[in-house]
Amino acid sequence: MSVTISVYRYQPDSDTGSSLAASGAKPYMQTFEIEAAPGMMLREALLAIKEQDETFAFRHSCGEGVCGSDGVNANGTNCLACITPVADLKQPIQVRPLPGRPVIRDLVVDMTQFYEQYRAVEPYLIRKDPLPEQEVRQSPEDREKLDGLYECILCGCCSTACPSFWWNPDKFHGPAALLQSWRFLADSRDQATEERLDALEGPYKLFRCHSIMNCVEVCPKGLNPTKAIGQIKELMLEQSV
Amino acid sequence: MPAAHSLPHRHFDALIIGAGGAGLNAALRLAAANLRVAVVSKVFPTRSHTVAAQGGVNAALANALPDNWHWHMFDTVKGSDYLGDQDAIETMCREAIPTVYELEHAGVPFSRLDNGKIYQRAFGGQSQNFGGEQAARTCAAADRTGHAILHTLYQQNLRAKTHFFDEYFAVDLIRDDEGVAIGALVLDIESGEPLIIEAKTTLLATGGYGQVFRTNTNAFINTGDGMAMALRAGVPLQDMEFYQFHPTGVAGKGMLITEGARGEGGYLVNGEGERFMERYAPKARDLASRDMVSRSIVTEIREGRGCGPNKDYVLLKVDHLGADVVHHRLPGITDICRVFLGIDPAKEPIPVFPTAHYAMGGIPTDRHARVVAPARHGPEEVVPGLYAAGECACVSVHGANRLGGNSLLDILVFGRAAGTDILSYVAEHPNHRPMRDAHIEPAIARLARWERQGEGERVADVKAELRRLMEDHCGVFRDQPTMAEGVEKLKALRERVEGVRLRDHSQTFNTARIEALELDNLVDVGMATMMSALHRDESRGAHSRVDFPERDDERWMKHSLYLREGDRMDYKPVRTKPLTVESFPPKPRVY
Repeated sequence: MSVTISVYRYQPDSDTGSSLAASGAKPYMQTFEIEAAPGMMLREALLAIKEQDETFAFRHSCGEGVCGSDGVNANGTNCLACITPVADLKQPIQVRPLPGRPVIRDLVVDMTQFYEQYRAVEPYLIRKDPLPEQEVRQSPEDREKLDGLYECILCGCCSTACPSFWWNPDKFHGPAALLQSWRFLADSRDQATEERLDALEGPYKLFRCHSIMNCVEVCPKGLNPTKAIGQIKELMLEQSV
Repeated sequence: MPAAHSLPHRHFDALIIGAGGAGLNAALRLAAANLRVAVVSKVFPTRSHTVAAQGGVNAALANALPDNWHWHMFDTVKGSDYLGDQDAIETMCREAIPTVYELEHAGVPFSRLDNGKIYQRAFGGQSQNFGGEQAARTCAAADRTGHAILHTLYQQNLRAKTHFFDEYFAVDLIRDDEGVAIGALVLDIESGEPLIIEAKTTLLATGGYGQVFRTNTNAFINTGDGMAMALRAGVPLQDMEFYQFHPTGVAGKGMLITEGARGEGGYLVNGEGERFMERYAPKARDLASRDMVSRSIVTEIREGRGCGPNKDYVLLKVDHLGADVVHHRLPGITDICRVFLGIDPAKEPIPVFPTAHYAMGGIPTDRHARVVAPARHGPEEVVPGLYAAGECACVSVHGANRLGGNSLLDILVFGRAAGTDILSYVAEHPNHRPMRDAHIEPAIARLARWERQGEGERVADVKAELRRLMEDHCGVFRDQPTMAEGVEKLKALRERVEGVRLRDHSQTFNTARIEALELDNLVDVGMATMMSALHRDESRGAHSRVDFPERDDERWMKHSLYLREGDRMDYKPVRTKPLTVESFPPKPRVY
């Protein structure tokens, strides 16, 4: 079966050797025809394009939805290319970089601010008590509270689908980082609840979330950052009374 | 290409190439001790392939069933088909216990038992009491243990303020006239600019090379970069003929289905609906070692007992375990089956086939993760300043066959060991050694080679041919004529690489150039694999010779060493003496 895919091209250098590189640094959409085998994923379709034109650039690695490299926007929705079946996408398929981020080249975007926001929530377990010789005990019920949180793969599909993050990527942590913030607040072993909550005070970091829920809709791992953000807010309220 | 003298230089105490579990655990140890550490990774750290490890990490915690590290050691030696070095295996199995507790303290969200301790499941090749009842030694975070560990290690490195060079590709090691490793030439993928990183010590932690086989469980990035860098620096690769085919890759596609699926009670059936592993391993059955299960599957299919219209796969059944166990203990597998096969494994069996998975061989090191190579005073002389850990290294704890759950353990224990040894090395060698242009030039030449313009074969075409060639000539069952032909074809292919040309010579995020540099690496590690395999005239662990079906301890209880110069083979003895316990002498291996 032949499939028509239109991909976003942006080549900042002029000497790519691509026939269309003469257009210089102006972005454009380029259409390719590829042969789609049954069950083909969008990543394989992008690889087929690269077979035709090696100047086409995109990130990808594991091919099974765990490394989080290949977040792209397909037909207007953010997704992981490696677990998005070509057959589920209406043709001609339009593939663009994740929105709101500076484009480095083709589908490759600059994720610096996304990672900065992740770092800003101090995404690591903080213990203050002396460590036991063995494991810190945690009941299966307490451990279950981390399900739906720790599985995040930092693909960026959620934050780059979030209008609040588009407007304030330097000040609003965004859904991915806030999901991780809750992952540690929810961990019975973590002992920095107060500091974590204090650090989220102010109008932007947490409170720019307006529950638009684009994040929930696009998360390729089925996680729910909006719910996590709501739980942070609830905990804040609880702690303040 | 800029001249050697015009390149920018950065200076660090330790350079770590690769940001998987081994690299990050080493970095954590060093950053915590306030060393200046640079971690260079061609992908953002949490995209490293450790993220895809599923089933878990072995440690004799005895949380679920009785256990101790000595039983773990016995199983690992036996699993290695007696090719593993027993001093290194003892180190790993002892260190496993504090290592897992350390990870837990760092925040890894392990699954839990009712008493709040870390959940442990059964995996292949595990026994209590030196070959007795099945043990349950694999500590798991559902079936996403690698993801949980990698993210935790990255997070703790953020806390320790490790210096990351994200999306930088390591081109080659730089060594001085005395052979001391003094840094590396790296390429900033985003800008296309080369950079020299000078370091007092360099750790190679670049992972495996599964991309050399057409069907594999590995990520696109697993191209043997560190192994090939070692080869080009004159260091041999050890035991490269031992490549593990995981019994349960998704048939025709390759995605991994964890051994944990069988650990939780799943089993394999052939086209006649028979639980065939009972015939091959009466006691351990589906939890026999991976080499044995893979051979059994291929044998069933060769003898016409496969499943499906072409009888070319077998079925892995977990549907009898109930939706609760399958969805709760194996959520990642459930996802893979749903997305790539359109089935729910709690309702339907999974079509599987042995798939290229893991390199037991690699850069030879001692148990302190120091690279060792034959030199004037013997076969294991330390290469000063150079370390290797994880899948790219061969320490050797896996010998001829790795046990499930020992890979995450290997990267953590020996990543940490590298960090510890680097600390004392840097204390004893506080100064950078002078780096001259002549030391850098060979690395620059490797980059410059891909600037050649004009007509030539394409990287993608040669790479595809290489992958098919390796699969056809170096698979689960091997024989002399097939491999000899494979070596000839591979030599011809290697010649052709000279004529390959890039069309894309741009600077910014040029992935075509990275793939070209990776092709060089794949060809080198492919040759190491094929040559080592051709020369070993016996069957041991994952290396199964139809023409030499028996293990031959008399002639072959020794490690292979492949040297790039002249495609030469060399050998060195197995270290059969552990540190504090009695040696486990070779015995027939039955499960």
